Amino acid sequence: MSSQKKRDQLILHTALTAGRIMIENGSEIERVEDTMTRIAHNAGAQTSQLFVMITGILMAINGEVGAQIEPVKRRTFDLEKIAVVNDLSRQYADHKIDLQQFSNRLDHLDSVSRYFPFWLQLLAAAMVSGPLEVVFRHNLPDFWITCVVGMLGWLVYYLLSKFIQIRFLSEFAAAAAIGVLAVLGVHLGLGNSVDDIIIGSVMPLVPGVPITNSVRDILAGNLVSGPARGVEALVSAAAIGFGIAMVLQFM
Amino acid sequence: MTVIQFLVEVAGTYVATLAFGILINIPRRALNIGGWIGVLGYLLYRFTVLGGGGYVVGNLLGAVAIGVASLQAAKFKKMPMILFNIPAIVPLVPGGQAYQMVKNFALGQNNTAFNYLLQVVMISGAIAFGFLLSELVNRVQRRVWRHRR
Repeated sequence: MSSQKKRDQLILHTALTAGRIMIENGSEIERVEDTMTRIAHNAGAQTSQLFVMITGILMAINGEVGAQIEPVKRRTFDLEKIAVVNDLSRQYADHKIDLQQFSNRLDHLDSVSRYFPFWLQLLAAAMVSGPLEVVFRHNLPDFWITCVVGMLGWLVYYLLSKFIQIRFLSEFAAAAAIGVLAVLGVHLGLGNSVDDIIIGSVMPLVPGVPITNSVRDILAGNLVSGPARGVEALVSAAAIGFGIAMVLQFM
Repeated sequence: MTVIQFLVEVAGTYVATLAFGILINIPRRALNIGGWIGVLGYLLYRFTVLGGGGYVVGNLLGAVAIGVASLQAAKFKKMPMILFNIPAIVPLVPGGQAYQMVKNFALGQNNTAFNYLLQVVMISGAIAFGFLLSELVNRVQRRVWRHRR
């Protein structure tokens, strides 16, 4: 293989990996297209053709090497990785790292995930639930029980997501658990209002990333990926709603 | 609304926005500024509602403020914009109305439920339209900047 061809392969590999990491972790499509075009341009490709969708990416450069496909199989929310890819792309544009280093770092980034420690995530779930219950409902006495119920609900979601790969089912189960715990808490005299506790506790489960990305994708003219994300958000919301409704029916 | 209540709301919004950022793993140096953008959007919403502007207009203005402020933060910190606006819309999410809707549907009170459904749709639409307007502001700003250079 000639060195030019090898170089083209490396450009394609780098751009496609960067794009896949960004979509997998919850980036909007326009940013992915922008980053991949920049990488190809900075690497010296004269032209680049891109087709980015929420389930896969198609890219060709220079019209010489055949186009390559990169499927996107899973989707999680890890916005730090998007920020890191963005940083690397900027460093590459400033000639601080070369293409091979860029590619290696992307492969490394792909294999490790650096989340916040588990106890901090639990605390964060509690700190989303309690304060928002107070902000929305002005019910200060129920602050603590909402924190606890929200934390346990998120724990259920987290553990189930580890074992079953279908996010909607984890959300449904977590919402049902929140409903049961809220009713139980009021029954035991730990809280006053089932409604307020549930409203606060489901907030950590709100699909904020798909909602925002859906709006931004549709505005950018991505009429396939935008509505797809919207459906994702809608199904999440419906799963949470069904979980709560089921508990309310039986109590 | 007393001063204490107001301070509690601001603190609650800040903490909740920051904590939601931790749940979706936002880099540490973006967390603080994201929290303040959340407070800004919520305050605009709250004052509009207190001033009699209605909750739809309030959410619209809040979303516009969040969108514009997020872009400034993204430029300033050289980070993607979604790191700032995703946690910041969480305090605007119509959680209370959505819950009432689900509850009333579950209990078979469809008329009340449809009322709440309408509110949820209006608020979500207002937030989406607010983002659209902020995008307009951002694009005009980008055009002006490019023109000047």
